[in-house]
Amino acid sequence: MKNFIENAHGRFGRYGGCFAPELLQPILNRVKEAFEKFKNTPKLQQEFDELLESFAGRPTPIYFAQNLSESLGGAQIWIKREDLLHGGAHKTNNVLGQALLAREMGAKFLIAETGAGQHGIATAMAGAKFKLPVKIFMGTKDIERQKVNVERMQLLGAEVVSVESGSKSLKDAINEAMRFWIAHSQETYYMFGTAAGPHPFPELVARFQKVIGVEAREQILKKVGRLPDEVLACVGGGSNAIGIFQAFLEDSSVKLVGVEPAGDGIKHGLTIGKGKYGCLHGSLSKVNCDEHGQIEESHSISAGLDYPGVSPLHAFLEEEMRAEYAGILDDEAVRAFLDFSKAEGIIPALESSHALAEAMKRASTYGTDKILLVNLSGRGDKDLHTIFDYCEKNGLR
Amino acid sequence: MNRYQKTFSELKAKGEMGFMPFWMLGDPDLKSSQKIVEMLAQHADLLELGIPFSDPLADGKTIQASADRAIKRGATVGKCLDIVGNLRVKFPEKPIGLLVYLNLILQFGIDDFFVECKKQGVDSVLIPELPEGEVSLVENSAKGHEIDLIFLVSTNTPKERVTSILEKAGGFLYAISTPGITGAKEKIATKTLEMIKDLKTQTEIPVCVGFGISSPKHLALLKENGADGGIIGSKLFEFRNDINAMEKFCKACKKAIR
Repeated sequence: MKNFIENAHGRFGRYGGCFAPELLQPILNRVKEAFEKFKNTPKLQQEFDELLESFAGRPTPIYFAQNLSESLGGAQIWIKREDLLHGGAHKTNNVLGQALLAREMGAKFLIAETGAGQHGIATAMAGAKFKLPVKIFMGTKDIERQKVNVERMQLLGAEVVSVESGSKSLKDAINEAMRFWIAHSQETYYMFGTAAGPHPFPELVARFQKVIGVEAREQILKKVGRLPDEVLACVGGGSNAIGIFQAFLEDSSVKLVGVEPAGDGIKHGLTIGKGKYGCLHGSLSKVNCDEHGQIEESHSISAGLDYPGVSPLHAFLEEEMRAEYAGILDDEAVRAFLDFSKAEGIIPALESSHALAEAMKRASTYGTDKILLVNLSGRGDKDLHTIFDYCEKNGLR
Repeated sequence: MNRYQKTFSELKAKGEMGFMPFWMLGDPDLKSSQKIVEMLAQHADLLELGIPFSDPLADGKTIQASADRAIKRGATVGKCLDIVGNLRVKFPEKPIGLLVYLNLILQFGIDDFFVECKKQGVDSVLIPELPEGEVSLVENSAKGHEIDLIFLVSTNTPKERVTSILEKAGGFLYAISTPGITGAKEKIATKTLEMIKDLKTQTEIPVCVGFGISSPKHLALLKENGADGGIIGSKLFEFRNDINAMEKFCKACKKAIR
């Protein structure tokens, strides 16, 4: 499959579009213009690349998880180390690109939503770097389970606004950030955290995350001499997954696997897996809602995947059968988190642990000649409380 | 002439401005909301009715709380449209508009939704996250079943955009008083009043002003500045447990713009 994202004007088959309130249309048009300028201005692109290198620490390496692979006795599991990126997750790529757009647009403030807190931290870092005040919208439920990240955001100078409405998690934080943007669109830039939302956000976030896949593809060719058989990444909104998938779209031998949170088996966040064709937060995509159209609360032990919507890019990839989407239970993700930490000396984010769990499941059924490449989208220090609580309740430690 | 055209030309002949209250169907429950909208219809020139959605991102706290109550008490698109059907029997000439978020329509089925709207006597549909540029998604169904699509403009809408919105707009133009989300406010900005005058020079479509309009005084000011209608939403919800007080308020509203 050719890259279907660029020059599609935000339409991906029957998905995408710019279904945002009229009051946001003028500012969305200005974001579109700023993004076009970025795409047509090599100097801005160089500035972005330079920031990725010197501020964020790119390129991130790929790493052969030898201990884990050997203990499973199957496929080789390779890891793309986005956990090593400044800020602790892939989110930094996106905010540096968007901060450049905000600067070009002359924005006076940055706002953002956050679930796990990683996008909030990244935005707070970018705000400090670009000297722009930052307001982060975060559900009270997430504030509670990601305390350390809240403190990090505050330390970086951001104001964290607690969102009490609805399910008090990511979807409600997005509602509140959108409402704030509607009322303050003239001077505010909204740093959308994932490849969803109204056009041009899906394309724009995919562009700024593309670097993950571009690097990983080159690195694996150099280290192993061939392409991986499968590329796996976790999918909440879907930005780290689209970031790594893009580089492999044209490599038809490479299977692309998105991993969604299956929650406790009853309550879940399987938006591609179980969602309906619908509209949430500005684009047509898959949505978890009841038969009447009311959005259903999602559930995942990882705050970053706890979202009833998903990027229209993934909805399209699934419909075109270019990517497949699996589900991993809370319990499986926690076990992968623990096993991986012990085996490799790397603490993965709970979000990324979903992708690891799926890779581990698959690896043990494959021969040792197979290569799986997993995007380790972030590091797991922020999840320790959640993990310890879960282990205590379930007798895992 | 459709109900909007007829009503606005009658108002014009009498030198009155239209009073358009907004209520959320199903709030506080289906039965009570039937009574409330019937009371409103007696004092209103036109009605704007919401169908509750779990994630109303163009609305403020008041309307979101109202939608949450209605959903909890079992309001669905179908049941809300039944309320409109009952209302239509009692008020055959009153223009009735619906405010519906897109996901509700998508799950009902786009064409089925407009078929049902026509059947129950709905005159217009406003979809908050359907800008003029995305109208093709529902345009054929709406036109095919003679339902007007209502569009919003604000003081921040660029001139070229206003022009293309006016080409698509039916029924009336919903002008937003203060850029933001819905919710009662203290004052109407001078910019808003200028916008009304501006719009009136550009179009024949009646201009109704909403968002933040919360008193008979506001309505009188809108009338003075040439608006064709004033929409009061969030303020009404203060009276949700006291239908008599709500009725008194509505009478005062209409009186102010006669």
